[in-house]
Formats: sequence, C-alpha cells, structure tokens
Amino acid sequence: MPTAPPAAEARPVPHPSGDKRFKLLEVAMKKHQFRPDALIEVLHAAQQLFGYLELDLLLFVARHLKLPPSRVYGVATFYHFFALKPRGRHTCVVCTGTACYVKGADGLLAALRREAGVGPGETTPDDNLSVLTARCIGACGIAPAVVLDGTVKGHVTADALAAEMKGWVPGGTG
Amino acid sequence: MTAVTLTIDGKLVTARADETILQAARANGIPIPTLCHVDGLSAHGGCRLCLVEAGPGGRLQPACVIKVAEGQDVRTDTAKLREYRKLILELLFAEGNHVCAVCVANGNCELQDAAAAAGMDHLTLDYTHPRREVDLSHDRFGVDHNRCILCTRCVRACDELEGAHTWDMSGRGANSKVITDLNQPWGESATCTSCGKCFMACPTGAIFRKGATVAEMDHGRAKLDFLITARGRKQWNV
Ligand code: SF4
Ligand code: FES
Ligand code: FES
Repeated sequence: MPTAPPAAEARPVPHPSGDKRFKLLEVAMKKHQFRPDALIEVLHAAQQLFGYLELDLLLFVARHLKLPPSRVYGVATFYHFFALKPRGRHTCVVCTGTACYVKGADGLLAALRREAGVGPGETTPDDNLSVLTARCIGACGIAPAVVLDGTVKGHVTADALAAEMKGWVPGGTG
Repeated sequence: MTAVTLTIDGKLVTARADETILQAARANGIPIPTLCHVDGLSAHGGCRLCLVEAGPGGRLQPACVIKVAEGQDVRTDTAKLREYRKLILELLFAEGNHVCAVCVANGNCELQDAAAAAGMDHLTLDYTHPRREVDLSHDRFGVDHNRCILCTRCVRACDELEGAHTWDMSGRGANSKVITDLNQPWGESATCTSCGKCFMACPTGAIFRKGATVAEMDHGRAKLDFLITARGRKQWNV
C-alpha cells in the first residue's frame, strides 16, 4: 500500500487530477528518497506509468525532486527514450503490467494492430493515433486496462477496443 | 599550492598547479581566444575555440579546462590551430543565422570579434539556415535563437550567480536550444527574476535588451565581471 510521505515542510500538494498514477509516481520517487540525482530513474518511472511525459508531469517531478523545471525538461529532451508528446492526435496506452498482461493485454495490442495498423510506440500515418504501452497504471482491479486520451477504461475487450478505434482511425487499415 | 613550470609558445612560465592552461597563458600576457569561457563561472569546454597543442605529439586540448602540468610544452598559435579555429568559427556561423548587418549586437559581439581576429571573413561551408524562433514575451529582454551559439553562458550565469536556474539546454545535437523553465515563453517563467545576468553573459545578440536597435546594444558585461569578483572574492571593484 502506498503510504503517505512524511508531512515534511512544504510538501508539494498531490496532483489535483486525482489520477492514481501520480500517487504511484510519488511512491517511485520516495523509493529514491526524492533525491535530485534520481531524476533519470524517476522520468523512466513516469514514462512507464503515463506513456509519455506531459509538461504537467515534468513539473510534478521537478517539484518533488526540488529541481529547476528547466533541468528536468533538459534531461527529458536529451534522451530519445523519453517522449514529451504523444505523436498522434489520440493516444491509446495499453497497460502491459502483470495483471493486465494476464487478462489479455496482448489481445488488445493485436486488435489495435488489426484495426489501426500500428503497434506500441507507433503512430498512424495520418497522425490520428499513437499506441503506447505502460507497465501497470495502478488499475489492476479492472484489468485489462487502457488509457484512451487520458481516460482510464477497465475490463476492456478486444472487440470493444476495436469499436472504440473505429471513430479514431476513420479509414482504418482493416 | 605547489607551483609548476611549463613553456607556453617557447616562453618559460610558472603557474599554480590548480590553474588551467588558459589562466597561466593569460597571466603571462599570452592570448588564447575563447567563447564559452567566462572567468569565474564554471568551465564548460563546449566551443573548442581555446584549443591549444599541449604535451607529446601536440595533442589538442581545450585550454579553458585542462590544468597545467610540470614540464608541459604548450603551443597556442600554430598554423594548424589557426586553421582549426577558423573552421570552428565557420561551423558556428553555418549552424545558426548570424546576420551581423541587422544585429543589435553588431560591434558588441564576441562571435564577430573572434571571427575577425581569426581572419574568418567568409564561409567555405554551406549555411544550414535552420528555422529558429524569437521569443519576445519577457518585458525587458528578448531571445533570438537564430543568434545563439549554445555556449551555455546564460545557463551558468543564471544558475551560479543568480541562483535561479531559469535557463537550461534542451534537446541534443542540431536540435539543442536554450530554454526557460519548461520551454515556455520566457515572460511566463516562474523562476526568472528579470535580473539580466543572462543578457550580460551572452556573447552574441541572442539575448538582447528590448528597445535596442541595430548595432546599439552593449551587454553591460563589466557588470557581470563586477558581480563575479564581488561574489567570489568578496572584492567590490567599483
Ligand atoms: S543565449 Fe547567448 S549565452 Fe545563452 S547559450 Fe545562446 S549564445 Fe550562449
Ligand atoms: S497491470 Fe495493468 S493496471 Fe496494473
Ligand atoms: S573557451 Fe574553452 S572550450 Fe570554449
């Protein structure tokens, strides 16, 4: 169970969105005692959770590690591994954490490939959809989970996902 | 601190063992061109204009970061070095969009001065004409990335003197760019104190004071050196 960090001075407030993944990211940062030099590890964890690093997320990391925002941004853009933007207009993050994997995450990825013609880390040629994967988004109870444009969906079936994709990739490749 | 003896351009000099070749040379009136170096800020070693031949086989070393060594034989002005420096300057000109004729820093620019000193009066390379932005969102200063040579002087001045660390370098290679905070408009930066130290540190017209027109801008660099000495050595040279 993620325990609340000690109520130290000037603790950054929890992320207002209430998105559980921020809590998980805090746990990951706590493992590194919020050390500034753990920045790269923390960015890794953030990208695993969210699929890519939004500005909002970088600021959250900067605040918790007490680093200048420009340093965090600089490091995040130095390494090709980190993505600051989903490349397509829509994103579909498929959780491939243990629970979701067991409940059929690869079936979801296969459905995406069938429907949109793209795999993890890829974007459709018309820039409509980027498919990303993440390791456990903290929604194991409703596995398999995907995040569609920032909204978590649980108990997702391949058919339901394929139907969802119809609106996003008009032509499809089907 | 122990002293070491070395030769620079055939001249026997003594220096403290913790001094760089650049410091030892300058203390002895031997000039070495620099761009990314600012006395009193941390060394960056990025521009390579200060390359000298040092040690066996005339190995190329950046004088601003390499420490002196006993018996070292340093050459600062060989034909090879002159050629390399010219090429480094050409590369800097080709990499950005430096048009002196319309620049606020014309006549007050370290890049221009370095090119003139090296006799680099035209380019043998093709210009890359990159597409870069101009940010005028700050109420006192602007940044024209076309004129930025990525020396990180603004980054170091902001971090080491002002302590705000508003600036940093984003991206890598040809995509490198100095940024404020999360690459947001400078005027929206939450950390910037509007102190102007980045402007004083900038060697080109990349960071400029608003309202200055072509060739009229002075960086006020003397103020920066004053602050560095005051802060570092507790000497107020008014
Ligand atoms: S803005 Fe000026 S000081 Fe900053 S990196 Fe560019 S050239 Fe150097
Ligand atoms: S494994 Fe998918 S939410 Fe935990
Ligand atoms: S002055 Fe030495 S590398 Fe720039």
